[in-house]
Amino acid sequence: MLAKRLIPCLDVADGRVKKGVNFVNLTDVGDPVEIAAAYQQQGADELVFLDISATNEQRRTMADLVEEVSAQVFMPLTIGGGISRVDDMQRILKAGADKVAINSAAVANPALIKAGAEKFGNQCIVVAIDAAWDEAAQMYRVYTHGGKKATDLDALDWAQQAVALGAGELLVTSMDRDGTKAGFDLNLYQALGEVVAVPLIASGGAGNLADFVEVFDQAPVDGALAASVFHYGELTISQVKQALAAKGVIVR
Amino acid sequence: MFAIVDYDTGNTRNLKKAFDYLDVATVLTADPAELAAADAVILPGVGAFAAAMAALNERQLVPVVQRLARDGKPMLGICLGMQLLFKSSNEYGDHVGLGLLKGRVTALPADLGVKVPQMGWNQNVLQQPASAFKAIDQNYTYFVHSYYAVCPTDEIVATVQHGVTVPSIVQRDNVVGMQFHPEKSGQVGLQQLATFKDMVSANDFSSN
Repeated sequence: MLAKRLIPCLDVADGRVKKGVNFVNLTDVGDPVEIAAAYQQQGADELVFLDISATNEQRRTMADLVEEVSAQVFMPLTIGGGISRVDDMQRILKAGADKVAINSAAVANPALIKAGAEKFGNQCIVVAIDAAWDEAAQMYRVYTHGGKKATDLDALDWAQQAVALGAGELLVTSMDRDGTKAGFDLNLYQALGEVVAVPLIASGGAGNLADFVEVFDQAPVDGALAASVFHYGELTISQVKQALAAKGVIVR
Repeated sequence: MFAIVDYDTGNTRNLKKAFDYLDVATVLTADPAELAAADAVILPGVGAFAAAMAALNERQLVPVVQRLARDGKPMLGICLGMQLLFKSSNEYGDHVGLGLLKGRVTALPADLGVKVPQMGWNQNVLQQPASAFKAIDQNYTYFVHSYYAVCPTDEIVATVQHGVTVPSIVQRDNVVGMQFHPEKSGQVGLQQLATFKDMVSANDFSSN
């Protein structure tokens, strides 16, 4: 049986990990190799690096980062942020990434999903979706550009379209829960599980051990992504895995 | 020196990095002389079976690899590279493989309540207690694949469950295959590559 995955997410700018990664026993909290190695040691199943660099030129350093991390850390790496062309995907995958995550660029140009899947295989293409419940429209509305720009897309429709185009995995962030530590948005993942069959990664809202147990217990997700609870050492990966195992969730 | 067969198959760099990490020198090559001179031949692979065999054929490497394996050269196929070691595959039509292992490659059934491709960490169960790879027992490794090997039990060193029983390590004498990605499976993965390295150094492939 496949293990459920725990996935720390790291923000990167100019080849350095930014904002608040604050483990103990790290001499340099901005060094991606050191942070990735620490997470590997803790038992993380996969790492997501999100490029938050402002300009195109700086994105080259993302390939350098992947190159360095993959020489020392032997686990699946997903890279997102600023990938808008097949060439960008190629550069990142060649540097050692296993998957690329596309979000705004996929909404702007859905053909990018298909082009990437045809060239590199569906398993390489993660479509990241940022969604928030719209009470008036009675749907989960898709947002792009880091949640700043509302689209007309219903997240359930967009998820199905992305999978039809070749997305091998969906990384879905609940903007309603993101940063709240109020738990994952179970309704969102239950609804998505009804309409797509590819691996589904939940993101947004993780605050305590019970939140992780709940999302794996009650929603058809394959992995859970979190940032701050892991970065600040509020929870360790192994604590979460122990809590999951105690409830019968299969973890590595 | 290990030779990684260069036939345009996606990500050989991560494999090279894992061997670098283990202090094993590697060369990426399609040159028959370099393959023959190497201590071991590594057959990587990402993508589709037919395209990979076509790429090997284009470089006239099929008879080269077959002869080296039959002459006792240690060989390690990884992921699709493992699948190529078998007689045939029915991935998008019927295709002939290298035929170094008995058995064939077929699609993971998608109707058994599991997702296909198998993508993620799965738990290995050792099937041959005396194997050099015995440390893999109960440990998780990272898989990404939609096809799997159906082969005789005496070739199966370890398995995982994904709807069906999937061989995760196979071996016949000097020819070893790993369905998972050892270069992406953390310490456990590195340990399997180190075991292969030790088998090559000791020239001992008797314990499968």
